[in-house]
Amino acid sequence: MGEIWQGLVAGLWLVVTMDADLVNITLRSLQVTLSAVVIASAIGLPFGAWLAIRRFRHRRTTIALLNALMGLPPVVVGLVVYLLLSRSGPFGVFGLLFTPTAMIIAQVIIITPLIASIAHQAVRDLWAEYHDLLLSFSTTKRQRIMTLLWDGRRALMTASLAGFGRAIGEVGAIMIVGGNIDNATRVLTTAIALETGKGDFALALGLGFVLIGLAIAVNIATHMIGRTESEGKW
Amino acid sequence: MVKPILPLTMKGGVIKRRGKILLGPVDFTVSAQGFTIVMGPNGAGKTTLLRALHGLEKLAAGRVDWQVPVADTLQRQAFVFQTPIMLRRSVRDNLAYPLILHGMPKAQAHAMAADWAARVGLGAALDQQAPRLSGGEKQKLALARALMRNPDIVFLDEPCASLDGRATREIETILKTAQADGTRILMSTHDIGQAKRLASDIVFLMHGQIIETAQAQAFFNAPKTRQAAALLKGEIVE
Amino acid sequence: MKHILALVLGLAGSMAAAEDMKMAVTTSFNNSGLAEILLPAIAEDTGINVQLLVVGTGQALRLGEGGDVDAVLVHARAAEEAFVEAGYGTHRREIMYNDFVYIGPSDDPAAIAQADTAADVLVRIAQTESVFVSRGDDSGTHKKELSLWDTAGVQRGGDWYRPVGAGMGASLNTAAGMNAYILADRASWLNFGNKGDLALLFAGDPVLFNQYAYLPVNPERHPHVKTDLVVQLEEWLTSPRAAELINGYTINGETLFTYNAQPES
Repeated sequence: MGEIWQGLVAGLWLVVTMDADLVNITLRSLQVTLSAVVIASAIGLPFGAWLAIRRFRHRRTTIALLNALMGLPPVVVGLVVYLLLSRSGPFGVFGLLFTPTAMIIAQVIIITPLIASIAHQAVRDLWAEYHDLLLSFSTTKRQRIMTLLWDGRRALMTASLAGFGRAIGEVGAIMIVGGNIDNATRVLTTAIALETGKGDFALALGLGFVLIGLAIAVNIATHMIGRTESEGKW
Repeated sequence: MVKPILPLTMKGGVIKRRGKILLGPVDFTVSAQGFTIVMGPNGAGKTTLLRALHGLEKLAAGRVDWQVPVADTLQRQAFVFQTPIMLRRSVRDNLAYPLILHGMPKAQAHAMAADWAARVGLGAALDQQAPRLSGGEKQKLALARALMRNPDIVFLDEPCASLDGRATREIETILKTAQADGTRILMSTHDIGQAKRLASDIVFLMHGQIIETAQAQAFFNAPKTRQAAALLKGEIVE
Repeated sequence: MKHILALVLGLAGSMAAAEDMKMAVTTSFNNSGLAEILLPAIAEDTGINVQLLVVGTGQALRLGEGGDVDAVLVHARAAEEAFVEAGYGTHRREIMYNDFVYIGPSDDPAAIAQADTAADVLVRIAQTESVFVSRGDDSGTHKKELSLWDTAGVQRGGDWYRPVGAGMGASLNTAAGMNAYILADRASWLNFGNKGDLALLFAGDPVLFNQYAYLPVNPERHPHVKTDLVVQLEEWLTSPRAAELINGYTINGETLFTYNAQPES
């Protein structure tokens, strides 16, 4: 109990004093994860919508595969990305290992199936609701997808947020592909692992509380953006 | 002068779902004028017939023909569903949606939406989210959304099935006005009273087949079939 | 959206900075805190921004083999020599040493404080079957521990021997939790924050000295290696300035490292 209390105090102290390392690490966490969420959403949301509307031969298999991929163990993703990006791996020439780009790649792989899967469910439900009306209005395919994406934007935002939640708290993969280099690839989760390793539980917990606070703040901010957009009535 | 799209004819129309015949074969003509009520017990195929005429069902056999190519009818017909489908948007945006979809400038569409919302008594609810409306309000919104594009024909599938008396009266008033303005109406209902109040002619369906068509007055005074007579007497028809 | 893309591009841009080089070091080196003294001095004197990858010795050498770092600083002589032999590194340059120490419960049930040699400590632990935490991660520290067991010539195994397969800090956390004996490098121990009931019980046998060496990755195998920076760093690490900083580094008044780099032969 004493250690948790100390952690809370340490965390508060770091925030209040705007500790330079903390700010640096937090901004990098946000940069990496937000980049990953934007890229994964750009792939996952339209793909999920497309899966919901299109009927094709291996649709069920694709959906089952997508759901299975949600459970990808991050450590394994990290290891595979590591081997691919290593100088002696197939993409070694780009020199991406131990850079934020490598961390973004790993996170995109981890969260795209999650985002696509949630988007698929959301759009599928909405499509079931709108189907007859949109057909009756003789909409084009493009108009249908645009309408579904727009009217389903809250659920889709939830999908992206779920991706954000999974990515911001992830440590296994980004530790392997980022290397936890001070001032280059150190983010909140890897810093927590490091401080725990040093036995400095108070600082580790402090960083942990900052991480939790960040996750909550991003969720609330997104929620508020969503509210203003619909004038607070829906 | 725009070429009329009616009469509409169905020839040998058959609708199947999972191998089972839901409707047909049906031969049926929707004349240029009137307020046709489709009657019949549950499962008779009323909804399927309306949907097939509107183009929402794939025909297993037979054909549906308008007086012009079907592509030219899409903007000139509308459908009102038994459970109104509300877009997750405001009342204004629900009304403006089909207008904007087909190229009307946003400002004009919004002005027209406001005008029609007022006509169906939803003027004060313009900014409300449509899915939050009451059942009667939703159906009035759906009706306005169907009528505002001034279609040649409107299909309505039991629009008052779950509404109270007041909402039903409001809907009927709107429909009568539309008919007076020259809109062809084809509507299904369970409610014999409503059929008597509105119909110019009746189509009676049983087991996916049309077993009687008649002028409304003739149908109610002297039904030709045993099943229709039974229905009018208030008996269970199967 | 545009802002976020700009952030991504900004990250990509900053990666291209010319004076960055990557060096794999062991956990124990990093935990010593010496890096926090040396890295700013290196940046100041040479303009090189050394990015440290903190891993076990085994992985550090793998990173060098794969060309994923420009140089390696570890402490496992046999493995280092094999690394150079196989052509992965150009040469091996000794820089400094520190020492390993035995940590254990402060009441010392195996009485290792009275032992004569480092091997004798393990004999006493095995005889009393006192709980012993082993790194078990193929690190330099782990390799040192295994060679000490071989010297001691006693059976290990059974319930009391716990290989945890973790870094120095995590292993110390485990030992603190189980109130167990453990072999640690002095620096990690002094910097460790969660000592619990543990105490330093045995040190000083010369066999426990821990030699650190610098291994430049061979540019013939990996042409992208920043050889000029690697050479500059080696010059700095073997300079009087480095000697002064390394010998002068203390924790709680205790010297941790002894500089012993030889002038270039």
